[in-house]
Amino acid sequence: MWVAVIALGVLAGASGLMLGFAAVRLRVEGDPVVEKIDAILPQTQCGQCGFAGCRPYAEAIAAGEADINQCPPGGETGIVALAELLGRDPKPLNPENGAEKPKMVAVIDERNCIGCTLCIQACPVDAILGAAKHMHTVIAKECTGCELCIAPCPVDCIYMTPIAQTIANWKWTYPLADTGARGSVEQAAA
Amino acid sequence: MSGLFPFHGGLKTVRHKTESNQQPIRWSALPHRLTVPLRQHIGAIAKPLARAGERVLKGQMIGQPDGYISAAIHAPTSGKVIAVEQQPVPHPSGLPDWCVVIESDGEERWVERQAVDYRRLHPSEVRNRLRSAGVVGLGGAAFPSAVKLNPSGHAEALETLILNGAECEPWITCDDRIMRERAAEIIAGLHVIAHLLEPREVLIGIEDDKPEAIAAMVAACAGTGFAVRPVPTRYPSGSVKQLVKLLTAKETPVDGLPVDVGVQCFNVGTAYTIYRAIEFGEPVISRTVTITGHVNQPQNLEVLLGTPFSELIAQSGGYRDGVERLIMGGPMMGFAVHDDGVPVTKATNCLLAASAAELAPLRPVMPCIRCGACVDACPANLLPQQLYWHARAKEFDKAQDYHLFSCIECGCCSYVCPSHLPLVQYYRYAKNEIWAQEKEKQKAELARQRHQARLERLEREKQERDAKLRQKRPRHARWRWKTRLTKPSRPIAPRRLRPRPNQRLKLASGAIESPCTLKR
Ligand code: SF4
Ligand code: SF4
Ligand code: SF4
Ligand code: SF4
Repeated sequence: MWVAVIALGVLAGASGLMLGFAAVRLRVEGDPVVEKIDAILPQTQCGQCGFAGCRPYAEAIAAGEADINQCPPGGETGIVALAELLGRDPKPLNPENGAEKPKMVAVIDERNCIGCTLCIQACPVDAILGAAKHMHTVIAKECTGCELCIAPCPVDCIYMTPIAQTIANWKWTYPLADTGARGSVEQAAA
Repeated sequence: MSGLFPFHGGLKTVRHKTESNQQPIRWSALPHRLTVPLRQHIGAIAKPLARAGERVLKGQMIGQPDGYISAAIHAPTSGKVIAVEQQPVPHPSGLPDWCVVIESDGEERWVERQAVDYRRLHPSEVRNRLRSAGVVGLGGAAFPSAVKLNPSGHAEALETLILNGAECEPWITCDDRIMRERAAEIIAGLHVIAHLLEPREVLIGIEDDKPEAIAAMVAACAGTGFAVRPVPTRYPSGSVKQLVKLLTAKETPVDGLPVDVGVQCFNVGTAYTIYRAIEFGEPVISRTVTITGHVNQPQNLEVLLGTPFSELIAQSGGYRDGVERLIMGGPMMGFAVHDDGVPVTKATNCLLAASAAELAPLRPVMPCIRCGACVDACPANLLPQQLYWHARAKEFDKAQDYHLFSCIECGCCSYVCPSHLPLVQYYRYAKNEIWAQEKEKQKAELARQRHQARLERLEREKQERDAKLRQKRPRHARWRWKTRLTKPSRPIAPRRLRPRPNQRLKLASGAIESPCTLKR
């Protein structure tokens, strides 16, 4: 009898230890659904969704606290992808959160910048380079176009410009656009 | 002699070769001003080496390759650099790109050139020379040749080396002419390629509508062991995977390259420039261009890179009446340029002045009737009709499942489609969208990492500040504050210990300069 009790006790203790160890060492990093949602969001970190960045919004969607149509930078494509992931019906972007706009980057008018560093503190992705009382500049490649640096600038020297079209980023358009009348024939017939 | 292995699909097209292939290649006149694009190849744009105001010599490097897949750019003649700026270039978008603009001084003074004996050099040294000579594929794709000449990274030895002289597109005859006129030089270049790649066999594929070129190449090959293989005239036999199938019976995997099945392919014009680069130390500063179609004297010209299209048209007797478009490349795979002032690049094999007679009539587009004609015509063994449905519905994943990226944009499907669907346009659109989405994804990932790094940095700074605060606060003081907690007359932290803006900034800018801290 005692043997059985001790044996079971030891066994229980050992498996408890192992489980505890496994829980600590093999912990799944974050919630997989949140990860998947976060991977779809555009990472602009602009806060237009009403959350302090894409990840908090992803967490809110996963927890059922936010709808899938609150991210203007992600636009229609983003909503469709979220709907597919979560098995829901896509819906139009909530106009309260803003409208889908072409991609832009921030530019600092370097002649007027007073080097106050306020924009550096606002930029969610550290895309602004500068030091106190020195001119600041935006690293265009890293700017997400979130516009968060615009409001804090005391001399209004930051503005947004559309990303210039170059040979490297130019795209062939959807055929209907340049077949004009022919396209409409196809559409009417299809 | 072993047989041929016809590829699936393809077309018998009109030829229109005799218009331009009757007279020998002539040198085009030296233009007063050359606009030399820094991106004439697949891969990274070359870094400009020359500045406005500088004098350059013919053959002097003015653009340095930037990275492994890139190519050098050279001054096509001697003169003065008047600008390094964005200028219109031949591209379907009509957008400008970076160019070095040179005003020629008419003296054609060369830089010092050095011939080498490639047999005595280490292969990597030979490749380096070709790379700094700006050698790229002249068949139209302009892929840097030095990359293809590096056999390392491919486990097995190269089975077959193919020299591509098929020139299957209608109207184009520049390869035909150089094979007739420069066969010995092409074969000398081929020897260099064979020396670097050590293939088991060397085959030369030429469409059988070029008997003079075939005869010249056969004569030049005497005693070399290289075999000339005339292939039937069937578009697109000059496309790499199709020529590989035709000559070796090997099917290149859908998402692979010929080298995956032990075959490597070079264009005849490329072999010629390799010969010039090795035997004379001459970089690629000119190429042969067919000027044909609705011009008064169709012909082939040897043209300095950077020469405006309009000057070549003028030297070919000018446009005939009724020209609607100027096409760079052939009628099947070429594109219309927006402006005939754009310069010749390494990819410019043909200028086709097209009138209504050369252009397919604009016919109404009808719905797909699922006739399967496109499937029969597709030389890449794809299902163009499926690709069309998915590209049209913007279902890019599904289009990729049907191997969208194996489509060579040959246009056979559009050509045969009884409903006149602009199929290739759909495929180009879908490919571009997929690339753009891929780039967006990469950018989002970068932003995610940087945002994460910033949050971590802010957290770290906060902890450091708190730690400092605790350290600097003497014991008895802490106690005294505690007793005062009931009616604090000033903030809990002493003023001087609160982070001053300057202090905080130093941390902020420091962290920015060493961008991403996430790697740890
Ligand atoms: S609106 Fe979209 S891009 Fe902006 S923070 Fe929210 S999820 Fe991110
Ligand atoms: S630079 Fe301005 S717009 Fe760009 S990411 Fe930073 S805060 Fe946003
Ligand atoms: S040829 Fe045209 S109509 Fe026929 S199946 Fe292909 S796409 Fe459809
Ligand atoms: S364009 Fe693409 S899909 Fe059409 S026939 Fe050529 S390879 Fe096939």
